[in-house]
Amino acid sequence: MANLQELAQLFKELDDQLVSCMRCGMCQAVCPVFAQTGREADVTRGKLALLDGLAREMLTDAAGVNEKLNRCLMCGTCQSNCPSGVKIMDIFLKARAIMTGYFGLSKTKQAIFHGMLANPRLFNVLTGMGATFQGLFTKKVDDMLGSSCARFNAPLVGDRHFNTLAATPLHKIVPELDTPAGASGIRVAFFTGCVIDKIFPHVGEAALKVLEKKGVGVFLPSNQGCCGIPALSSGDGATFDKLVALNLQRFTTAEFDYLLTTCATCTSTIKELWPRMFKGDPALSADIKVLADKTMDISQFLVDILEVKEAAATSGRNVTYHDPCHLKNSLGITSQPRTMIKAAGCTFKEMREAGSCCGCGGSFNVAHYDLSKKIGTRKAENIIDSGTDTLATSCPACMLHITDMLSRKKAGMEVKHIIELYADSMKNQG
Amino acid sequence: MNESIIKEFTAIVGDENVMTSETDRHTYSYDAAVLDTAMPSLVVRPDNSEALGKTVKLCNDNGLPLTVRGAGTNLSGGTIPHPGGVVVLTNGLNRILEINEEDLYAVVEPGVITATFAAEAAACGLFYPPDPGSQTVSTLGGNVAENAGGLRGLKYGVTKDYVMGVDFWDVNGNLIKTGSRTVKCVSGYNLAGLMVGSEGTLGVFDKLILKLIPPPKSSKSMMAIFSSMKAASETVSAIIASRIIPATLEIMDNFTIRTVENFRHAGLPTEAAALLLIEVDGHPGQVEEEAALVEQICRQHGASELKVASDAAERDVIWQARRDALPALAKLKPTCVLEDATVPRSKIPAMIQALDEISREFQLTIGTFGHAGDGNLHPTILTDRRDAKEWQRVEKGIDEIFKRALELGGTLSGEHGIGLAKAKYLVLETNRGTLDYCRRMKSVLDPKNILNPGKIIG
Ligand SMILES: Cc1cc2nc3c(=O)[nH]c(=O)nc-3n(C[C@H](O)[C@H](O)[C@H](O)COP(=O)(O)OP(=O)(O)OC[C@H]3O[C@@H](n4cnc5c(N)ncnc54)[C@H](O)[C@@H]3O)c2cc1C
Ligand code: SF4
Ligand code: SF4
Ligand code: SF4
Repeated sequence: MANLQELAQLFKELDDQLVSCMRCGMCQAVCPVFAQTGREADVTRGKLALLDGLAREMLTDAAGVNEKLNRCLMCGTCQSNCPSGVKIMDIFLKARAIMTGYFGLSKTKQAIFHGMLANPRLFNVLTGMGATFQGLFTKKVDDMLGSSCARFNAPLVGDRHFNTLAATPLHKIVPELDTPAGASGIRVAFFTGCVIDKIFPHVGEAALKVLEKKGVGVFLPSNQGCCGIPALSSGDGATFDKLVALNLQRFTTAEFDYLLTTCATCTSTIKELWPRMFKGDPALSADIKVLADKTMDISQFLVDILEVKEAAATSGRNVTYHDPCHLKNSLGITSQPRTMIKAAGCTFKEMREAGSCCGCGGSFNVAHYDLSKKIGTRKAENIIDSGTDTLATSCPACMLHITDMLSRKKAGMEVKHIIELYADSMKNQG
Repeated sequence: MNESIIKEFTAIVGDENVMTSETDRHTYSYDAAVLDTAMPSLVVRPDNSEALGKTVKLCNDNGLPLTVRGAGTNLSGGTIPHPGGVVVLTNGLNRILEINEEDLYAVVEPGVITATFAAEAAACGLFYPPDPGSQTVSTLGGNVAENAGGLRGLKYGVTKDYVMGVDFWDVNGNLIKTGSRTVKCVSGYNLAGLMVGSEGTLGVFDKLILKLIPPPKSSKSMMAIFSSMKAASETVSAIIASRIIPATLEIMDNFTIRTVENFRHAGLPTEAAALLLIEVDGHPGQVEEEAALVEQICRQHGASELKVASDAAERDVIWQARRDALPALAKLKPTCVLEDATVPRSKIPAMIQALDEISREFQLTIGTFGHAGDGNLHPTILTDRRDAKEWQRVEKGIDEIFKRALELGGTLSGEHGIGLAKAKYLVLETNRGTLDYCRRMKSVLDPKNILNPGKIIG
């Protein structure tokens, strides 16, 4: 399609954002990929310089730049620590879209994004078959899931130790829900997300149980779609737009006060990226904004709104917590999940580098598995060194990756979503 | 670069440590200075001492310009390579070889990160004071080669005060040993001293012997609020004149205060014309005494308010404000030129006056903060480099800053180095003879002029 000059022209449109990087190099302290490789092209400053080089027509190897651009977890750690406030994630997402426009989307991704993700029913049917015939269908389903969620591992690819697809996904257990506000006087909508639905439905169930006990009404519409991050981070804006519109249509049919998720990635995508990156029907943008403003992580809702408080340690569990990048870096949520762990009666112990990325970065994880494994190994060591028996976190994608890493180390620790711990403690109280 | 030379480099450092692609090379064409980029033809990453020495020799044998690069955070263009030259990375040489608790020194490779080293020393109950703002990424090799300073310079000195010895490679691949592990050493020329601030132009550091000291037992921080920069800067002079040397004594002007407050919302007094941030440390008794005296001097010189930190959290608020200065300013405009012209500390009031005049004369937005206690201000010019007209005024303003600092008996650079950015001004501070002397020395030590050509002496 376009030639190099036209490509440069497209990158020039990022100039206003690119120019705000002062090349101070402070991102070297935080980028998990750079920590492993020590190569400037892997750190933010290097990637931004490469985009700048393309824009100024100093470089001829666009494919080379594209390759470097993709060696990134999209974890946002650099952005939340950048002294110059560079809108790094925006730049990277836009750059990926430009690159995809230029090089085209790979055949596999085309099939997945256009054929399945954008069509939740078909996606559900296929993964459903996968669950029934684990092994028989796995290869296909793996390919599909592996490159679907941006932070979603490819189960069973190579020698991975993996959680397999759940026998019954959440949308089969709870097809839909529409309960009125109870004692709390609050009604929320619940966005499930693919990983919760298909791999950790019990996390979704735990959340619904907690909400019920707290007297919170729940609206859970059927046929929800993926939040769209996999398509967006692969530069497929059209599929992203489709998914946003589809979800919007599912969630605007009822009244509610907050939109909750148990997936850090979904929360940050809906809250941060839906309003900024949606390029579809402009008439929808007002509704998108309203929905984004209502969106919250489940722990944030329970602690900030319902004022759940720490409790005495009675569960006998020793828990450490991993900060999912998309909660900590994108939304600055770090204290609420910790409060939830203590509220669940667990003894909490901070680990080293709790806020550093676990190394799972969706298609990054698939394309650069070795690097991803190295980053994850460091995480696993920090977790084990904490001397606890349970690792809690707030993102199912992190749960997957960390489970893989811990089981490689034969750590014998449990991996739990914070809401599971809290639901358990409520159960014990009867 | 021709294939056979690349093969030779590969034989020395290993396949995975040679980078030839356009994309990789482009990412080593810049550093933190606001200057044009220059593309190297090869990037290598030796991961042991021997490989480093052989790399230097191979460059010399082939007349290839060589630029050593630590973290690439210097602000003067010291790691912008000679076009077509070789960039040698030191991040494969990042071992702390020894921390000697009996004799209070450490031996490190040049690629060790400053903050990592300081933390390791602290874990042994020792203190490595030089703390440049970039310490979480900067390398000790880069610190020595730039003679980096930091917030504690006033009392504890700068990097040069902690360099006991440097082993370095000369262009012929000989390892030159300088300094020693002893407190005193007068064996031969002070070559280690020559290496400090040499910006990669005289030798390539292989190992550094660094001094460690016992940490202070206690400290006290405070923030004093002033209604004029003049009063604040006179207070600085008065504190020093009364024979108190605080560990840190920093100043911030109103523009910087407002910007930082806007950024962090920590409750800084936005109406204040100036802030002094002060920390005294040492033995508890001495700290109490000095803190009381500093307080008194501040009040005598018109401080309208004084906040003394009573716990760690309050102390943190004070120093966070200082740490925020650069990031907060940097966010205002696309380009941020951080200068570091330095004057004798008694001339701080005059320099501040001069900066004020310069910002008006050239219509520039300048935020001023910095190490008032040691005369090292950081006037920070906020601009957009793409605006050619304004950029001309910026360049003129910078010229004027240097001129005024030199007139006040100061220096071009307190800690950021000369590099490419200030090479043309060096003669103004020294004289033709001095520059010739340096060039003659360089031409003998590095006859083919391969060691970071163009830096410092042009
Ligand atoms: C945000 C920010 C804050 C800063 N704050 C301060 C501050 O407070 N005080 C201060 O003094 N500076 C400061 N600096 C400047 C900079 O960080 C220092 O100059 C630092 O010492 C550079 O270290 P580096 O590892 O990045 O070196 P580089 O930039 O990689 O290199 C600097 C010079 O050292 C040479 N060099 C590196 N390694 C070797 C070696 N092994 N042998 C020979 N030569 C070598 C290089 O050739 C180059 O000339 C700051 C910079 C930034 C971006
Ligand atoms: S920290 Fe921010 S401004 Fe500094 S180099 Fe990295 S991206 Fe650029
Ligand atoms: S998003 Fe994460 S992996 Fe990507 S450049 Fe930033 S810190 Fe590195
Ligand atoms: S972030 Fe959540 S909804 Fe989005 S793709 Fe991943 S699992 Fe699915």
